[in-house]
Amino acid sequence: MQTNSLYQEVILDHNRKPRNYGTLEHASHHAVGHNPLCGDRLDIALQLEHDLINAISFHGESCAICKASASMMTTAVKGKTRVDAEALIDEFRDMATGKMDLNDPHHLGRLTVFSGIRDLPTRVKCAILPWHTLHAALNSMTSVSTETDDEPTQAITGNHT
Amino acid sequence: MNLAEATRGIAVSTSLDIEKIRADFPILDLKIDGKPLVYLDNAASSQMPQPVIDRLVRYQTTQHANINRAVHYLSETATMEYQKARCKLQQFINAREDREVIFTSGTTDAINLVMQGYGRKFIQADDEIILTTLEHHSNIVPWQMLAQEKGAKIRVVPINDAGELDIEAYKKLFNERTKFASLIHVSNALGTINPIKEMIAYAHQQGVPVLVDGAQAAPHIPIDVQDLGCDFYAFSAHKLCGPTGIGILYGKAQHLESMQPFKGGGDMIASVTFEKTTYAAIPHKFEAGTPPIAAAIGFGAAIDYLSAIGIDQIAAYENELLAYATEQFNCVPGVNIIGTATHKAAVLSFTIDGIHPHDIGTILNHDGVAVRTGHHCAQPVMQRYNVPATSRASFAFYNKKTEIDTLITGIKTVQKVFL
Repeated sequence: MQTNSLYQEVILDHNRKPRNYGTLEHASHHAVGHNPLCGDRLDIALQLEHDLINAISFHGESCAICKASASMMTTAVKGKTRVDAEALIDEFRDMATGKMDLNDPHHLGRLTVFSGIRDLPTRVKCAILPWHTLHAALNSMTSVSTETDDEPTQAITGNHT
Repeated sequence: MNLAEATRGIAVSTSLDIEKIRADFPILDLKIDGKPLVYLDNAASSQMPQPVIDRLVRYQTTQHANINRAVHYLSETATMEYQKARCKLQQFINAREDREVIFTSGTTDAINLVMQGYGRKFIQADDEIILTTLEHHSNIVPWQMLAQEKGAKIRVVPINDAGELDIEAYKKLFNERTKFASLIHVSNALGTINPIKEMIAYAHQQGVPVLVDGAQAAPHIPIDVQDLGCDFYAFSAHKLCGPTGIGILYGKAQHLESMQPFKGGGDMIASVTFEKTTYAAIPHKFEAGTPPIAAAIGFGAAIDYLSAIGIDQIAAYENELLAYATEQFNCVPGVNIIGTATHKAAVLSFTIDGIHPHDIGTILNHDGVAVRTGHHCAQPVMQRYNVPATSRASFAFYNKKTEIDTLITGIKTVQKVFL
């Protein structure tokens, strides 16, 4: 287990200069992710038009792994359809939890820099939180948007005292 | 305060043979990522020396049966060994009688026992319970549950920037509605040693009984419950080189006798019919069901081990480590110590500018260094300092100064990674 290999330059770069960082005007969907283990909190907002993610942004307080994961996620799903984004969420989860053989076909591309997280169970949640939150945001489209105002969907990972 | 001077002063008084002590702890030989383990998470749980491991094995291989039941050899042996462990704990904290020592599953269980057995009986609507900002969640949540059930109120003693309790504010919290105070002895998040004897004395002047959460104090400070005068005192074995799943609640006999049992079951009764149950005398009234017998006996062995070294000696040496670590930390720019109380146990909570504690913990782990990262189950303390989490190095008597050097090197590596 090489824990330092996790902190590769691409992750450190996204942590230093997160892409799509900030708030989004005219967002159609958003969700708040929370990790009680460390108090990390992530807001994800996106604009969905004709089932296409036109714009996406995030902000919040988190560790480098979570922030870099969120930043790379936003660049990966921008311009993708909702279905493709959901498929990528599944693939990322499977990679992070060690359920995926990276030799099999996948669409993760540079996101494979996070593959080392599978050896650090306590940090898996840090990497997955943004994806979990994106999933919650996308699903609020059918279940939340018509019924409520802008009550954010809560995505919670971890269960710690 | 001149730390170097303090360190030298204490160094003369300590005479522990650390290498000999380390040889008692097989886990300290582990390699993590090929690097020697540097275990600095002792405030979360300490490691177990070979004599305690051996005692568990001996019990399990030659002495085990259920206790307080049968007349056969093994049952009598196990019962006797379990009771011996209780007496060791009694002596360790200088309780008046062995029946004032109740085995619990740990500190949390002990506090919940007092909440259920004492609190639910004696605390009513509009009564007030005093806690401090430094409390671990285990000494907050049970009292909140009680307060919600009864309509009682929680009052909280504030801390200053150094992490010390405001004792004047503490005294002002008392009024005619104050019915109980549950106070942490040593802060797990910051290391602050509270002036607990003075606080107990003041509460008693007001007629208020006091429970002391001693989970972090018992490993570092000689505890004399008669000298402290506390009504209840709780701590866990696994922070004292003993097994998990066992701890004690000390309670003054008159309190324990007046309390309702928390759990019903076997071993806690004098007689049972379907109409009525008469409870056993203390401590059995509070020990329903088959207890963790092996763990209790292991706890006794851990107390023997620590007592042979001497808690005074341990405290002096750990102070030396703390002073050295504090001095080293203060030499690294961008590293901030959280909690700078004058009286501290060997706990060093810190933040590094711009770097999240979880990233610090993961990178330190690469160097074999185990520290705790997170809110330490003390979110009110984190809120007081406006940080979501800290990293925490906590030292035991088997740690060495060279391990602190490894920690400092690791911290510099963390800073380089995030440069």
